[in-house]
Amino acid sequence: MKRLVLVALVCVLLMPAASPAFQGEYGYPTRDAYNATLLGTPSNLKLPPPHWVPERRLVLDIIPGLKRPDVFFYDEGLRCTFAYQRTKAPLVFVIAGTGASDRSLKALAILRDLYNAGYHVITIPSPTNPNFIISASRSHVPGDLAADAADIYEAMKAAWKEVKGDIEVSDFYLTGYSLGGTHAAFVAKHDEEHKVFNFRRVLLLNPAVNLYSSIKQIENMLERIPGGPRRIGAYLNRMVARLTDFYRTGNFEEINDEFLYSVFDEKLFNQDESGGLIAVSFRISLAGLIFASDIMTNGGYVVPKNRVLTGYDPLGDYFLVSFHLSFYDFFNEFFYPRFTGGRPGMTRGEVSDYLSIKTIEGYLKASPKISVITNENDFILTPAELAYLKSLFGPRVTVYPWGGHLGNLEHRDYMTLIINYFRQ
Amino acid sequence: MAFTTPLIRRAFLMLALVAALAGCAAPRASVLPEEPPMHTAAEFSDDENLLEVNDPWEEFNLKMYRFNYNFDKYVFIPVVAAYEDIAPVFVQTGVSNFFSNVGEFRTFYNSLLQFKGKKSLMTLGRFLTNSTIGVGGLFDPATRMGMKRQSEDFGQTLGAWGLDPGPYFVVPVLGPNTLRSAGGFAADSGVRWLAVKRPFDNIENGQWILTGIEALEAVDARHRMPFRYYETGYPFEYYIVRYLYLKYSEFQLMK
Repeated sequence: MKRLVLVALVCVLLMPAASPAFQGEYGYPTRDAYNATLLGTPSNLKLPPPHWVPERRLVLDIIPGLKRPDVFFYDEGLRCTFAYQRTKAPLVFVIAGTGASDRSLKALAILRDLYNAGYHVITIPSPTNPNFIISASRSHVPGDLAADAADIYEAMKAAWKEVKGDIEVSDFYLTGYSLGGTHAAFVAKHDEEHKVFNFRRVLLLNPAVNLYSSIKQIENMLERIPGGPRRIGAYLNRMVARLTDFYRTGNFEEINDEFLYSVFDEKLFNQDESGGLIAVSFRISLAGLIFASDIMTNGGYVVPKNRVLTGYDPLGDYFLVSFHLSFYDFFNEFFYPRFTGGRPGMTRGEVSDYLSIKTIEGYLKASPKISVITNENDFILTPAELAYLKSLFGPRVTVYPWGGHLGNLEHRDYMTLIINYFRQ
Repeated sequence: MAFTTPLIRRAFLMLALVAALAGCAAPRASVLPEEPPMHTAAEFSDDENLLEVNDPWEEFNLKMYRFNYNFDKYVFIPVVAAYEDIAPVFVQTGVSNFFSNVGEFRTFYNSLLQFKGKKSLMTLGRFLTNSTIGVGGLFDPATRMGMKRQSEDFGQTLGAWGLDPGPYFVVPVLGPNTLRSAGGFAADSGVRWLAVKRPFDNIENGQWILTGIEALEAVDARHRMPFRYYETGYPFEYYIVRYLYLKYSEFQLMK
């Protein structure tokens, strides 16, 4: 407690010196953090989309001789999406957020707008995405940020090797959103040592400072739903039933944006319930992570050890159990023992502290090529962590007053900031 | 995923292929004894079941789901990709409009069967507008004039009449359905076959032309459907898709 007060005090003292508050007009409409996160950006406030994006899907063989069980029959290598210019241009790598693939809506939105601004783009799945866990993670257990970064780096090298004959590249840039932003910081550091890309500029979009702490914020949202986290199934069923009723009795013709916005205008879900929905979607991602990691390591966690599953086996029970396990369960029972296998003697507290950009803060502070965009009300950051970002990056962090966690990512102001940052 | 096209005949022809593809289950190679996992579903039996649906045919459905994944990968998507490469965008749009316009017929009689007067009038208005001003349905001026496209089929009609959806049913090529929607699809296809077959009977090679048109319709339907199997690599996709499909058809039935 004492330490926390001290940290808070230091942060408050540091803040005015490095005040990076956002200046000028800002047109993102949704002020509530949870609603912003769930709703995203209305189409008319996005940058106009290109008519057509020339792109192809890369399927990369990263780990030679890797054996994939039949239950992952659809996984044939790490999948990245590559959008290309006909002329010489910079290439931007985009690292996806927690659980997300190379074709998640946010990754594709960044790809689309950067392509339209004249860049080649490659989106990389998050190390927490099952495809990455299966086909690109050497440990098949995500979460160790430095190890994840080394895996991402190998993936980037493989992707670059695949495309470099087809395009002309002037410079390399790097970005990532959410946990992908945190990963981008570690990849940038890794690149300083291995020098394959020599990234000219690196941009972290709504990154987590500490992985454990950010997920704790999300898990906390489940504590506030009626019945608590163990009754998450009943909770979701109840929310869906309410949504169904709202649709039935309302004057809607189809499920579209109009319907979605009226769900929020009419306050169909209260604060705690909206937070619960965000946490549920996190848990759905986590379930995929747990299952993939367990199978690939024969971990005996949710699947019996030594059981060989095929693509025809029902997986409903595994989904059920994986979905109900919290991040704490996974961390304590699965991640921590494996992590400390290579580093005996570390306590849980020490390991959770280790999953933070603080371990590379010296590098981040001294590297003018790395910048951050985030929001004042992004709930994956504690107030102390936001203050830490401001003090660490100084004038290199832009903080929008609202937008929740990436709700404003596709807003034209936010996207234009990304594009202009790489143009400098 | 429910393609609005009379593919059903071909789908049945393909059942032999399906059986061959789906039958080759991978061998279980493990020789080591299994050990119970740390967590099982039984631990969480105090909670309501999540995404629970009626799926007694899950074993069959999983095989079909994988068959459809393969069919998409080796047949459907390559053909659609070639089509998107070859045909200019305005041609693709014209083709989509044309088949949508043909589909108004189905929406029209199903709206009538459900006593939805406004919907059937709107659909009739759309059909007349697009068939004339829209040059035989190649353009869609009706939407711009404020007549939104409606969609009804015999599966929904059966639902409106109070018939239960029955079990979840993954149909070869067509994908997620319920027994009711699959039956409705067969009925709509039958109606269309009766309506369309005769005029083509009188043309030389009429049945071949008809088959070509149907194939184009199938390609157009897949072209319009952005879904790609396992695109995100999520291991429980079957369960998520099943739930979302059933919810979506429940929503459809309300309007």
